[in-house]
Amino acid sequence: MKIIEFDKVVSTAEELCGRAACDLPPDVLKRIAECAEKETTPHGREFFRQYLENAAIAARERLPLCQDTGFAVWFVEYGTNIAFDKGDIYEALAEGTRRGYKRFYLRKSILKDPVFDRSNTFDNTPPVVHLRLVPGDKLKLVLAPKGGGSENMSGLKMLRPADGKEGVVKFIVDTVRNAGGNPCPPTVVGVGLGGTMEYCAYLAKKALLRPLGVRNADPRYAAFEEELLELLNSTGVGPQGLGGSVSCLDVHIEAHPCHLASLPVAVNLNCHAARHAEAVL
Amino acid sequence: MKKLVTPLTESAVRDLKAGDAVAISGVIYTGRDAAHKKLLAMLANGEKLPADLKDQIIYFVGPCPAPPGRPIGSAGPTTSYRMDPYSPELIAKTGLRGMIGKGNRSKEVVEAMKKYGVVYFAATGGAGALIAQRIRKCDLIAFPELGPEAVYRLEVEDFPAVVAIDSDGGSLYDRK
Repeated sequence: MKIIEFDKVVSTAEELCGRAACDLPPDVLKRIAECAEKETTPHGREFFRQYLENAAIAARERLPLCQDTGFAVWFVEYGTNIAFDKGDIYEALAEGTRRGYKRFYLRKSILKDPVFDRSNTFDNTPPVVHLRLVPGDKLKLVLAPKGGGSENMSGLKMLRPADGKEGVVKFIVDTVRNAGGNPCPPTVVGVGLGGTMEYCAYLAKKALLRPLGVRNADPRYAAFEEELLELLNSTGVGPQGLGGSVSCLDVHIEAHPCHLASLPVAVNLNCHAARHAEAVL
Repeated sequence: MKKLVTPLTESAVRDLKAGDAVAISGVIYTGRDAAHKKLLAMLANGEKLPADLKDQIIYFVGPCPAPPGRPIGSAGPTTSYRMDPYSPELIAKTGLRGMIGKGNRSKEVVEAMKKYGVVYFAATGGAGALIAQRIRKCDLIAFPELGPEAVYRLEVEDFPAVVAIDSDGGSLYDRK
């Protein structure tokens, strides 16, 4: 059994809050630079220029890329051979989130209750934690802060099996088209297919963590991702929804076996500032 | 690139067309849905608003806290449709002349814009660090309990935006 120091997990989580907010990951930066070349409208090209300048300013000045520094969503791979010296992973991530959002001057966006008490917790807690047990003695923390603008435009539908691939395509295209400029396009489109209702939504979010440019390992889904990307870019939504040839930076699908009666599809949109940061202990 | 200075006049706003790139300087006010709701409640109670909004611009933003030595943290636009239930009334009752946000607006908002001569600008969503460089001063003027959703008075210089919907209803969001 490997002992993991609680304080070390807290300080690592704290650092990740700052890195995720201010440093656009290299895969996203590279894709934005590539797409800037493909954009055909003058407005669209100006937006791409601003995205790149914004990323440079954020990294240099240690300012968040976007003022919506989001819900702190943690994806944790938790080795079965580790133990905490005190406390637990949930406490450690809450404390790391609290300290990180304060220390790096990130916006506190979390309210106490959705309906009965919409007052701010003022420390951006609680975070959302997705925990997965894995063999070994490592603890991997991935932080994917999620802004409200793109999260609000996401959706899920339990299709009929008869709707098939065509129904899946329609739901995804409609979701992106109806979202228009709201989720800060060009978006990264995370798609979950199969599983149960809640697992499908989880898959869509998990799909956003895959580096841009890396295709699904299953060649059928890799081809489906390419097909969808082309289709979504032909919608004309464009950068910021003001029209253009680049509406999406990429499409990632995560599929899972499903019930014979079901065809669940979930779409989780991410803005062009597709933030994530990770560390392994 | 058209240079605009606040407060705006109706004729200057009527001259703006969807697609015009602008650089805005002067004072603008921030406000999101929670603040809009409170402002309308104040008007309904006959109270004086924390700022005179006649011919002014409201920027839909909830900024990051200011790091030491800076007036403000990252400060890009938030999605405007959340303000749609409030904007027509705010325009009618205050003489508000412009709004800055991101994403399309409702039919009711566009009708009020046409009637009263109001413009809607789109700023670059997800470019909060860049936009923060154009904000010289930031003062909290109302609703501190709302945290990032409070109302701030900003002094901006060459704030970059595009006319997304003009006062004739011309819109960059209308396609096909």
